[in-house]
Amino acid sequence: MNFLQFMMANRQQVLELTLEHITLSGVATLLAALVGIPLGILITRVPQLSKPVLGAANIIQTIPSLALFGFLLPAPWIGARGGRLAILALALYGLLPLIRNTYAGIQGVDPAIVEAGRAMGLTDRQLLLQVELPLASGVIVAGVRIATVLSIGLATIAAAIGAGGLGEFIFRGLAMVNNQVILAGAIPAALLALLADFALGRLEQLLGSMHLKPQEQH
Amino acid sequence: MTAPPTAPFASVSGNEKSAIEFDRASFSLNGRPLLHDLVLTVKHGETLVLLGRSGSGKTTTLKLINRLLLPTSGEVRVNGRRTEEWDPIRLRRGIGYVIQDGGLFPHYTVERNVALVPRIENWPQPRVEARVRELLATVGLSADLASRYPNQLSGGQRQRVGVARALAADPPILILDEAFGALDPITRSEMQKEFRALQQRMRKTVIFVTHDLREALLLADRIALMEAGRLVVDLPVAEFLRSDDPLVRAYMEAFSALPDSVMVPSNRDSQ
Repeated sequence: MNFLQFMMANRQQVLELTLEHITLSGVATLLAALVGIPLGILITRVPQLSKPVLGAANIIQTIPSLALFGFLLPAPWIGARGGRLAILALALYGLLPLIRNTYAGIQGVDPAIVEAGRAMGLTDRQLLLQVELPLASGVIVAGVRIATVLSIGLATIAAAIGAGGLGEFIFRGLAMVNNQVILAGAIPAALLALLADFALGRLEQLLGSMHLKPQEQH
Repeated sequence: MTAPPTAPFASVSGNEKSAIEFDRASFSLNGRPLLHDLVLTVKHGETLVLLGRSGSGKTTTLKLINRLLLPTSGEVRVNGRRTEEWDPIRLRRGIGYVIQDGGLFPHYTVERNVALVPRIENWPQPRVEARVRELLATVGLSADLASRYPNQLSGGQRQRVGVARALAADPPILILDEAFGALDPITRSEMQKEFRALQQRMRKTVIFVTHDLREALLLADRIALMEAGRLVVDLPVAEFLRSDDPLVRAYMEAFSALPDSVMVPSNRDSQ
């Protein structure tokens, strides 16, 4: 039985695991964005926090993923269900690119423009929502893109703790020493990552080129 | 200029003789003094040019007016009230601010840039639109440009938009920091003359920062010359020209030393 035949024969399960995979990485990235973007904004407002926050996110990033899943297993409520645990772990990994890019994006806005806004009498909130975030949006989306791709890749390991996703095929294939089964998990996961990368890349380009292209038209 | 001035600001203006007063104002950053014991008064409707080299404290002086900075000692008063006592947002919305290259928001169209302060002041939409049309005409820009983005404009057009944006809510005070510094000489000369004509009509209180003596002479009622964080002289233009202060003389010589051919012809008739 070759790879394609295997996929066709198990298409129901391939579809299910793919959806599960999308849910795992999607919810994790969303969670990471909900925490990471505000944290990134916060550390531009309270500069003393930037070192500890970025440092902590950095340290999380260095924990090997299997070890992180293992660490979280005994945690109450979270450890009880593989899915919850996987989402939490994946979200933790997504924090660094989101915090860092939000921070860098806002810090990268031309200080003359921010000062002009402040001098015109914009409040801090108006400055953030109308000037800094729109101008940083390209860089922030780049962070979302990195976090998403990272999360889709890492989510294959989530099967190790029973969270499902396309990693199921990979681990099953490894156990069966069957390459077709491994590929049935690996190829859709890779395609998902590429697709997300492409789509978010386009969005990033759109946001980035909307205004920052220095072109003179007289 | 039919729009009424920003109300909370106007309520304290007019009664005071001077619009802006520096009373032994000093500012230092990390122990490094940038401005030392500045005593300076700007009257209502007057155009004061702050002249000086880079690092002389001109920009610091401007930022003390709209409370982007607070003096480390001494006082800065706007309409008789210390800047510390002002709500910074109210204070700033009553002071138009123009910087080099306009400082426009790159993600806003010309229309949205100009309408910035009227919008955050919650003017009704029709009034905002009418005001934008009026201002574009005032600064000599075609209404077709309203939907363009700043990167689709020439340097001169951007600068005009910057002036229009500063005038939008009809602030009684206007501060300009090297506003025409990034322009080519011909556009620069045009802008200077138009600005002078505009100012003769509007009679706003204007503080204009420049390092260009010729620009200072063209625009100023009074010139305050600064050097190394200190005020050197503060004189009406005619007296400035006659001053025998060594630094004033040095400035005059530096500018008259330019070979004639360097000067833009249209600039000469105005001096």
